[in-house]
Amino acid sequence: MACRRCARVWPMGRDRCGRCGGKLSSRDTKSLQKVWAWWIAGIVAYIPANIYPMLVTNTLVSSSESTIIGGAVEIAKYGSYGVAAIILIASVLIPVGKFLAIAFLALSSVRGSSVSPGRRTHLYEIVEFIGRWSMIDVFVVAILSSLVQLSVVASIRPGPAALTFALSVIFTMLSAQAFDPRLIWDAERRAPNGKTP
Amino acid sequence: MPTVATDTNLPDAAPIEDLIACPHCDALYVAKMPENGARAICSHCHTVLIAPKRQAGKKIIALTLAVMILVFAALFFPFLDINASGFGNSTSILDAASSFRSVDMLFLSFLVAAAIIFVPLLRTFLILYVLVPIVRDRPPLPHARRAFRWSQDLKPWAMAEIFAIGCAVALVKVVDLAQIGFGPAFWMFSALVILVLINDNFLCTWSVWKSLELEED
Repeated sequence: MACRRCARVWPMGRDRCGRCGGKLSSRDTKSLQKVWAWWIAGIVAYIPANIYPMLVTNTLVSSSESTIIGGAVEIAKYGSYGVAAIILIASVLIPVGKFLAIAFLALSSVRGSSVSPGRRTHLYEIVEFIGRWSMIDVFVVAILSSLVQLSVVASIRPGPAALTFALSVIFTMLSAQAFDPRLIWDAERRAPNGKTP
Repeated sequence: MPTVATDTNLPDAAPIEDLIACPHCDALYVAKMPENGARAICSHCHTVLIAPKRQAGKKIIALTLAVMILVFAALFFPFLDINASGFGNSTSILDAASSFRSVDMLFLSFLVAAAIIFVPLLRTFLILYVLVPIVRDRPPLPHARRAFRWSQDLKPWAMAEIFAIGCAVALVKVVDLAQIGFGPAFWMFSALVILVLINDNFLCTWSVWKSLELEED
């Protein structure tokens, strides 16, 4: 039985690692349950994040509210296609891709899949690595709303979507962390020679 | 960089202390310290298991101290300033973190402050606490294991480098609207992000756990 934190190996039956104090379990049986719970919470928070405005901009003549997608479209209109692409990728493509990837990993560790375990481990590493980068949008809102405070000329305030978007990112990060990647390999080990480690 | 796969012999005969299990796929190996600069990689799923670097301890301590100083400095100097039609405003990192002023946004304020300042700072303290005794060949301080565990748990939540990219995006967004200037804290923060990334690259968690274990026994 192995510690997932420090890779020390222990005989079966211990419940805490003697080296780093991490919790030991041969397999985290509640892993998938936790993954799905955080996953659903993440989706629920992601919906209002797209409906409500992320930024509220007040200028001398007008007041406008922009959602995530609306903001990106607006920037593209001004000709900054690169930035519009970064925003779209960071706050639409990556979150949606993450939801799909986690769901796929969780489902395939139960039902098996034609995608090789090596590939799926790779996918898991990508999801773990990239998850944090979705926070970029929240930080942009934070910077803008503290920087652009020019009394009547222009001011920017955060909208309600900033909060739900941040929550959604956190929930999906927790969901990915709850997943036990060893489950990917268990199905494979069971299939060919019929023994579990 | 040369790459060495770990020993794939069946580990039945080896004492259990010498085994290493891949945290991603649970494959078992007999742990053998690779040479400095080389890496031990799980032959099953290609996860990097051990990656020691020469003089890593001292380098990490030096970099961590630098990060600590930069965080403190970057906190108080102006970060960015803006000018448009005669109105000006300058902002520090603390202002950015506390920009979600209304009550329902308080949580978000707290979160941003934690992600870009407090968690990275806390990690530097924890890492110094664990590594300084190891490098000086002293017995580890009390609760060093817990400290190192926490520093590893906090790693994904330290988001300074993401904040730095966020700055770039924010700048492009307002560049049409007004004149933007960089304060000293902006450059400090840029240096800090690079140092943090190099630092994480030096840290081989398995080696640290191993030396914590050896020192205490």
